[in-house]
Amino acid sequence: MTAQLDIDQLLDKLETGLRQVLNERDIDAPLMVGIRTGGVWLADLLSKRLQLETAPGELDISFYRDDFSRIGLNPRVRPSSLPFDTEGRDIILVDDVIMSGRTIRAAMNEIFDYGRPDSIILATLVDLGARELPIQPDVVGRSMTLASSQRVKLRGPDPLRIEVQEGGA
Amino acid sequence: MTDQGQSFHNLQLTDDGQLRHFLTLDGLDRQLLTDILDTADSFIEVGERTIKKVPLLRGRTVVNLFFESSTRTRSTFELAAKRLSADVLNLDISTSATSKGESLSDTLLNLEAMASDMFVVRHSQSGAPHFIAEHVTPGVAIINAGDGRHAHPTQAMLDMLTIRQHKGTFEGLKVAIVGDVLHSRVARSQIRALNELGAEEVRVIAPGTLLPRDVESLGCTVEFDMNRGMRDLDVVIMLRLQKERMEGALLPSEREFYRLYGLSQEKLALAKPDCIVMHPGPINRGVEIESAVADGPQSVILNQVTNGIAIRMAVMSMAMGGQLADRNRKQSEVVQP
Amino acid sequence: MNLSASPNVATLKIVGGRLLDGQGVDAENAALLIRDGRIAAVGEAARQAKADGTINAEGCVISPGFVDLHCNLREPGNGQKGSIASETRAAAHGGFTSVCTSPETSPVNDSGAVTHLIRDVAACRSPIRVLPVGALTRGLEGDLLSDMAGLASAGCVAVGNGSRGVRNARTLRRCMAYAKTFGLTVILNPENAALAADGYAHDGLVASRLGLLGIPEVAETTAVMEMILLAEETGVRLHLGQISSARSVEMLADARRRGIAVSADVAMHQLAFTEDALAGFDSRFHVRPPLRSEQDRLALIAGVREGVIDAIVSQHQPHDTAAKQAPLAATEPGLSTVESVLSLGLELVNRKELSLAELIRGLTGGPASVIGRSASLGEGELADLCMFDPADQWIPAHDSIVSTGRHTPVSDRPLPGVVRMTLVGGSIAWGSEPQ
Repeated sequence: MTAQLDIDQLLDKLETGLRQVLNERDIDAPLMVGIRTGGVWLADLLSKRLQLETAPGELDISFYRDDFSRIGLNPRVRPSSLPFDTEGRDIILVDDVIMSGRTIRAAMNEIFDYGRPDSIILATLVDLGARELPIQPDVVGRSMTLASSQRVKLRGPDPLRIEVQEGGA
Repeated sequence: MTDQGQSFHNLQLTDDGQLRHFLTLDGLDRQLLTDILDTADSFIEVGERTIKKVPLLRGRTVVNLFFESSTRTRSTFELAAKRLSADVLNLDISTSATSKGESLSDTLLNLEAMASDMFVVRHSQSGAPHFIAEHVTPGVAIINAGDGRHAHPTQAMLDMLTIRQHKGTFEGLKVAIVGDVLHSRVARSQIRALNELGAEEVRVIAPGTLLPRDVESLGCTVEFDMNRGMRDLDVVIMLRLQKERMEGALLPSEREFYRLYGLSQEKLALAKPDCIVMHPGPINRGVEIESAVADGPQSVILNQVTNGIAIRMAVMSMAMGGQLADRNRKQSEVVQP
Repeated sequence: MNLSASPNVATLKIVGGRLLDGQGVDAENAALLIRDGRIAAVGEAARQAKADGTINAEGCVISPGFVDLHCNLREPGNGQKGSIASETRAAAHGGFTSVCTSPETSPVNDSGAVTHLIRDVAACRSPIRVLPVGALTRGLEGDLLSDMAGLASAGCVAVGNGSRGVRNARTLRRCMAYAKTFGLTVILNPENAALAADGYAHDGLVASRLGLLGIPEVAETTAVMEMILLAEETGVRLHLGQISSARSVEMLADARRRGIAVSADVAMHQLAFTEDALAGFDSRFHVRPPLRSEQDRLALIAGVREGVIDAIVSQHQPHDTAAKQAPLAATEPGLSTVESVLSLGLELVNRKELSLAELIRGLTGGPASVIGRSASLGEGELADLCMFDPADQWIPAHDSIVSTGRHTPVSDRPLPGVVRMTLVGGSIAWGSEPQ
């Protein structure tokens, strides 16, 4: 059993929120980076909405995951691609869902290995709470609390849609 | 009749098919070999960053155990381990000091007691890394950096990565391996990898004295005449010829070998125009290969060196990950019987 | 088991079970009477006879005790690998009542003094018969003749060069001519040293794949041919030890057709395993000669069936653990087999590759004839007997193996055939005492 969320509404909210943050911080040429896989789809859409000149980068955080020592290496790792110089730039980091915050920690560690950015803004489509690290998104499409049987799943890239799944589906 | 072959293959895999040692390409399927190549692609990207390090092996200790010295191979393993953030210890152990089995085992047990997580082993005897993995230190990930005439799986995989970069796929490829196949661990691993990855034909080109018995059973065809053997080739891999081969009646002279089996521009012209030339190095110019070919436009010998680090990072992180996942699984089995 | 006899009773009766010697005797539910260490009666006469003790052998096979033409007891010399006491007890556990002990000891058995030493120790410590094989050359160096007359009179049953070669054909020819003088059988392991070189595995598919240094088949066959031709010329009785290839069996059969006095044996592991056993670099299966192809294995079995190969041997080579704990090439060759020979043979019988009678002949009458003895269930024979239950199973393991050598060919699965009792001259060498 699945329920659809209104993806356009969430994207509108992200776009508005990002414009506001960029405005407040006086940033005019941010770089966008999506975390594979869902974050990359979102970064593509948001980049177009914000009319950014530089195409977004893609991060595969497999080499930075803190559960390597428990489950080993993800065998389907693909190269990260940041086709721009990040040194001294402002980065918008995009992911579909934030929960524990561990993915974002790994992603920030990886970004810093490309150089020292001036700032990082975090945008996530959905915030499910249940944080384990002191990491908070700057912009969120929607905050929600799930029952233990529920899962949020972003499907895409075209058409992009977001579902709340019940049970083990 | 016996089931030893089975346990041999499974030794390097965890119960759910993750790599935990890397001893040979035997028993590893196309999917796993492709995973290794894909992972290496990701590590190539890491090598292009400002900081060329990832934290996967942070806090782990990798010991380079070279019972047979090789500065080149050891350096690439060392760099690979350091780029994975591991602590690295280099030990060059002369074979004479450990020619007795007991002392080899003792040496390794001592190292294991020093909380080593991975041994990179090069040894002059076929099967030595396998012996260590099975009998001495099963909890330590063993990476084979070349054993006797048996296998040199990381070298073969970096060659596969080079081929894939240039040809895109293995389907339909005709590949020749030229020279001293008899003594070559690299050739054995290459033949195995090319077969598993789907090359159309693997051809070995050598005189009868430099071929193992029943070499066709490894998955290749045999050609004595290099001029005929060069036809339709997409890839030609030259093997290093050791000077000792002139002794013991294997070859009459380097000169004759070069004339018959050296890769000259004339011979290369018999292959496909886009045929790439490979050599695991170090090259004996004028013995296996003409300088103009080694340095020519079809040579990809330098790419091979770059790929070596990425392949070794891939294999080391996959094997370490498999070991850790295995350990973790066994611990939780103890907690929840 | 209903054994109401002490080992020293004068008469002992075995009833029930199947009497089988592979040389004509095959009787179900028979009886056998032992008196003064010999078989006094078989069949109805035995059943009717009164005896001091009776053994119920129901479900068992009673055969002559096994005779091993090649066994390493490691004494004198190699205490950490085994001793006459430990290895003859292991042999008794395997159903053997006589073992020929290899001259490859330290010191080498190349003089009557060493032969006497071996026999003296065996007399005190061994529950079975120990038959020394003397060295063919001094110190087994392959250069100088050994003191063959002294060896013969001290009790050596044959002379041989163990696993070591003889310098050249000229020396070998002289060794044979000298042995012929004393009627000694010469036991040789055929291997051309130059062709075998540094090899340690069959030069075939597995060695090519694993990069193992090969011993080609021709290392054996060229030696077999040379030895047969020299034996033909000198007229010595030649016995080829542990042949391993199909071509050798052919050449042997051919030589026998031509009337040359040549016999041969094969190690049980050559009948049970092939080069595939090395696929996992399993150092236990580093043996010499190497395990060869399936085609060779089948030809060796056919050789045993047809009687071209006279005997099946254990080629028992006990080692300390360290000798086998190393990369394959650095390990010492040899298996600890003397306790597994019967079981491996019964697996061949179960797979219909060999009949039980052929197996028993290869372990008893066949080898005995090579050293001029007999081993049958005929009246008047020595009461050297083996009683085993072919249906029962056991797993070779630390608590079930007697030999000092732990590197048994099988250690992870049950094997058929449990030796219930081994009798040497009517006395119990292995088996449970009465309840």
